[in-house]
Order: sequence, then C-alpha cells, then structure tokens
Amino acid sequence: MSGCRKRCKREILKFAQYLLRLITGSLHTDTVEDEMEMATVRHRPEALELLEAQSKFTKKELQILYRGFKNECPSGVVNEETFKEIYSQFFPQGDSTTYAHFLFNAFDTDHNGSVSFEDFVMGLSILLRGTVQEKLNWAFNLYDINKDGYITKEEMLDIMKAIYDMMGKCTYPVLKEDAPRQHVETFFQKMDKNKDGVVTIDEFIESCQKDENIMRSMQLFENVI
Amino acid sequence: MAAGVAAWLPFARAAAIGWMPVANCPMPLAPTEKNKRQDELIILNVSGRRFQTWRTTLERYPDTLLGSTEKEFFFNEDTKEYFFDRDPEVFRCILNFYRTGKLHYPRYECISAYDEELAFYGILPEIIGDCCYEEYKDRKRENAERLMDDNDSENNQEGSMPSLSFRQTMWRAFENPHTSTLALVFYYVTGFFIAVSVITNVVETVPCGTVPGNKELPCGERYAVAFFCLDTACVMIFTVEYLLRLFAAPSRYRFIRSVMSIIDVVAIMPYYIGLVMTNNEDVSGAFVTLRVFRVFRIFKFSRHSQGLRILGYTLKSCASELGFLLFSLTMAIIIFATVMFYAEKGSSASKFTSIPASFWYTIVTMTTLGYGDMVPKTIAGKIFGSICSLSGVLVIALPVPVIVSNFSRIYHQNQRADKRRAQKKARLARIRVAKTGSSNAYLHSKRNGLLNEALELTGSTEEEQHMTKGTSLIESQHHHLLHCLEKTTVSTNTIPPPRPGLCAWHGLPMDKVPTECSEVALGQAHPVPGVCQRGWF
Repeated sequence: MSGCRKRCKREILKFAQYLLRLITGSLHTDTVEDEMEMATVRHRPEALELLEAQSKFTKKELQILYRGFKNECPSGVVNEETFKEIYSQFFPQGDSTTYAHFLFNAFDTDHNGSVSFEDFVMGLSILLRGTVQEKLNWAFNLYDINKDGYITKEEMLDIMKAIYDMMGKCTYPVLKEDAPRQHVETFFQKMDKNKDGVVTIDEFIESCQKDENIMRSMQLFENVI
Repeated sequence: MAAGVAAWLPFARAAAIGWMPVANCPMPLAPTEKNKRQDELIILNVSGRRFQTWRTTLERYPDTLLGSTEKEFFFNEDTKEYFFDRDPEVFRCILNFYRTGKLHYPRYECISAYDEELAFYGILPEIIGDCCYEEYKDRKRENAERLMDDNDSENNQEGSMPSLSFRQTMWRAFENPHTSTLALVFYYVTGFFIAVSVITNVVETVPCGTVPGNKELPCGERYAVAFFCLDTACVMIFTVEYLLRLFAAPSRYRFIRSVMSIIDVVAIMPYYIGLVMTNNEDVSGAFVTLRVFRVFRIFKFSRHSQGLRILGYTLKSCASELGFLLFSLTMAIIIFATVMFYAEKGSSASKFTSIPASFWYTIVTMTTLGYGDMVPKTIAGKIFGSICSLSGVLVIALPVPVIVSNFSRIYHQNQRADKRRAQKKARLARIRVAKTGSSNAYLHSKRNGLLNEALELTGSTEEEQHMTKGTSLIESQHHHLLHCLEKTTVSTNTIPPPRPGLCAWHGLPMDKVPTECSEVALGQAHPVPGVCQRGWF
C-alpha cells in the first residue's frame, strides 16, 4: 500500500514538473532520473610475466591471445552475451546458446558473471597445454553444472541436449528425438562404475583413461595457437 | 565468418574438448599447420605515409587486393615494403576496415575518389557499415543525378548534328530558340503576341469614356471591332504556332498530352467556340464565361520564362505538402465554423446563419484577413474567434517552409546546371586546343627528328642537342607511336621512286639514306633551308 502511495506521489510530482515546464516553455532536457550511471567496466589484466608464470603459454602466444581478446572486447571482460554470440557465429546451423552458457560457467571460475583475460588464459592453458588429468578435470567441471562434485543423469542430459542443439537439424542421418537420452544412457553405462546413478570425478577420470578414443581425442587440439 | 571472430577460433577449438568424453567414436585428425609463419609486421607505404599492420590482419579478407597475393605485385625489394601510389587519406579508412571489420565513409571525401579507391583495393562498397551507409548512398545518388543531368544537357546541345530532317530541325528550333535566328524571331514574336493578347483582355474591360445616354461603356464594347481584330490576329498566330508544333513533335500523342499543349488549346478554344456560337442567344451567358479562359494565355509565358517553369515544377513536387495544408485547413475550418455557429447562435441578428455561412468567417479569420463583414458578438464567440485566428497562423505557417526549401533547392539546381553547361563548353574548347597543340607538337617533332638525322650525318652535335631538349621521354615515345601508326597505314605506292643511286633530298647514296626520308618527304615542306642543297623533284 505504501509502495502504491509512493508511486502515486512520484507520478504526481512528475506531472506537476511537466506542467511547469510546459507553461514556462523550458526546453525538454533529460531528467536526472533517466540518467543512469553507466558503469564502464575496464579491466586490466595482470602483468605479462605473471601470466606467463601462471599459465603454460609463452610470451608471444600470450601476446597473440591478448590482441585478439582486446580487439573483440575492448573493455577487457567477456560477458555471457558475447560468449553466446561468438559461439553462434562458429556454429550457425544450430542453437549453441545453451552450450555457450555451460561453457561460460566453466570459464568463469570465480562466478562473477564475466570472464576476464586471466580466466580466459587459465582455461585455455589447461585445455591446450595441460595434462590429460587436468583436461579431464576441466571436462568434469563443465559437465557438473551445479558444481557439487557429482554428475547426475539430469545434468548429463542437459549437456547432451545442448550439444545436440548445437548440431541443429543438419545431421545425416536425421537424429531421432530421444537420441540425447540414449546417448546419456550409453555414457552412464560406460562411466558409472558402481551404478549409483551419479558419476564422481574419480569414476570419470578412470573410465576415460581406459577408453582409447577419448585419450586420443584429448590430444587433438594441442597445437591450436 | 567475420574477421573478428577468427580471433576466437583457438578458443572454440579448445572448448571442443568438452565434447570428447561424450563422443562414442574416434575423432578425425586435426589439420596440420603447414608453413606456420610467425605473425609478422608488414609495412604498407602509401605515397610516403607508412602504415604497419600484422600480416594476419590483412589476410582476414582474402578476396581483396591486400589480403591476397595480389599485393606482391607492389612489393618493393629494396625497401622491403609494399608501395602504393594512392591517396593515403582514403587508405586510412581501408586499413581500418581490415582492423575492425567495418568500412566507414568519411564525409569530407569526394564520392567518386572514394569509389575509385575501393575499386582499386578490391573492396565492395556494399559492406560499408550502417553508420555511414546512408550518407554514402545519398552522395552517390546525387552524383549520379548530376552525371545524368550532364548527359542530358549534352544530348540536348549536341553541336552540329548532321542530317536532321526538316521536322527535327523545326522541333529543335521550337524547343531551343537559341539554335537559329529564325527560331529566335519566332520566339520573340509569339511572346509579343501573348503579351498583346493578355493586355487586350485586360483593357477590354476598362471603362473608357461615355456614350450619350449616360452609360459608361467598357472599351471592349466601344471599340468592339478593333478588339475583335486584335483577338483574331492573336488567335491566328497561336493556332499556327500550335499546328506547327504539332507537326514537328516527334511523338504527337505525347505532345497532345503535355501540359503546354493543353494550355495552348485552352487559350484558343474560346475564340473558336465564340465564332461558332455567336448567334445562339441562350448560351451567350456561357459564352461570356468562356471568355474567362482567355486569361490562360498568360500561362503560355512559361515557355518563355524559366522562373515560371521552376515555380510550376516546385508546386508539382510539393503536391503532398500542399495537399496536407489543404486537408488540415479544411479540418480546422469545419471545426471552428461549427463552434462559432453554436457560440453565436444565441446572439440576435447574428450573421452566422448556418455552419456553411460560418465557413466564410473561419477562412477569413484563419488566414488573418479579417474583412470584418462577419464579426462575433458574444463573449464565447470572441474567445473562440481569437483561438481560431491563432491556430490559423500556425496551420498555414507549417507547410510553407517545406515548399520554400523545395523551391530553393530546385532553383539552385537549375543555376548549377546552367553553370556546369557553361563550364563544360569551356572545358571542351580547351581540350580541342590541347589536341591541336599535341598534333602540332607531333609534326614539329617529326621535323626535328629528321633534322637530327640530317645533323648526325653532317656531324654537328650541338644543334642536335638544341633540337631534342624540347621533347620529354613520354612525348618522344608518344610521337614514335604515332609515327608507327602512320607507317602502318600510309600506303607506300604514292611515293615516286627516287633517282636511282642517290636520294635526292639528302644528296646521299641510297644505302645511307635514313628510312624516314621517303615517307616524310610526302607531305612535308622543306624544314630548314640551307641544310640540304637539293630540292625534291
């Protein structure tokens, strides 16, 4: 009730101001309320030497990475929208927003809603130059949506659906509606050793290390930069 | 894929590791990076201004000059940079396009210069960013119109077009009176008669003198015969003119439909109708009204006055604004007339007898005329009357600036067109002079060339140097080219054979004769007396 009254008062005040302006013929100016302080985000990354020490990239590689990063995001941070845009440009045939969302959460280690250059470099360092153990760890982190240490069937289903969405309808042969669910079943059969319905990090790493295909594919993207 | 997104490719590829554990089948092999070059800075020297950028920046757009191997043609080995002999100002925009992915159009730049640069660098103008695209398109359209104008005027004013039929000459004479004296005479004669006709119509109605009977007669009735003769003469001239135009028109159907011809017809019709109908008393009232149409003769002046034509064209192009003005006025009139009528209904002896009667008051008030024949008497009526006059000012003042600006734009366009035509004439004249100048230079150089050879043979070098210093390298190459053309096309049969054993002109044995001798001697006079002892036989 008080909120209503407050709002009424504000409206009346605005109207009175408007009438006054009308009568005195003052030019229309932006009211102070409309001006929102646009917080300009400016983030400067840590020094090059520090990053070089922390990550597994050389100075030159860091330079190349930063140039590309800064070109696209002059403010120094990437937010989720940009992530989604970038990913949708790489995968135009499907809807990659869900996967981009998960990916963003995996990169945004401190969960502040934006990925700075340090986060970016750290993530890439693991993905490109890390040991297989680290990579698998990162992948587990990606799949574990609520970061509780367990991958449930629902989480896996979400991830699977996101991946299939990215593919879009342009698969041959055309995928059936429950293809994600079946895929999740296969995955859980492979990974869930004690059949308790969730996959822990140890089960995950163990099962992956036993699978040759996965091991081989983890080495695929090493020479990306 | 947009250029900027290419920078994120490593990230996307890295993130693909997320799919690996879920995949059921082995992944395809990654492409191996052959010739992986370290990203290097390349220097682009554009007319002395050095721009530097990464090679990968330029390679974002491989279908342009800078992004493809085409730029290797401009590579300067000595300075290890790419040299372009082009405008560095525009190059700035083009390089920014590679850097940011957006092509901007600077407003101070000339549109055709910019287009040329874009064409040189292989960039399509369609990718100009949204921020500058409108401006670019506007300027381009303006330029195209100007070029079209030029072409049109060029076509209209073609110099002496040979073999025009009589009909075509006549039509041209009618459209452009300045082409021949006869046309000019015709032009002024018709103008004079239009003026005479209009003045006659006006003077006809002036009362001049009284006739016994105390009745003032207008001049038209007093000197009826004189006026009738004048009228007949004018109408005959107009009829002849109209028929001649009809005959000469390239497309008669289109001519009949054109505005000017309709005006012509309307101007002369009343006379003929009057001739036919003078005896019939019933329609003489209508006949009198028909005389009103004679005033349309004044519109025939628009052929003679450009300003009038511009005015007409302006009104035509502002038709929508005029329509809006009319519509809003009508709305306002109806509203205020209704209000005034009901406001004044109470007062006695009010002139506002009906709403249509109030229309007159509203119009007079809104246009701020205020004749005063109808005046509100009640207080409410006065209040509404004042509101009416205030709003009238506003409603009329709003569309007027649009019309005025339109008129100004069209008028200035016309001025510019005339100026451009004059400039073009001067330019063509200058080009003609330059052409004759260069052909004279060629003939001169030929003579000098011969002279050089003659001098060579006689062995004096200083005069030779004196002769050749007038021609630059390009000129001499140009002349050599013209010379080769001459040699190719001139038939050799017309040269009479020289005296056996000796070239008459040089007085030398045939084997020592320069090759140009026989050919040049065809049409050239002896260039320098005293060099050769013999004349040509």
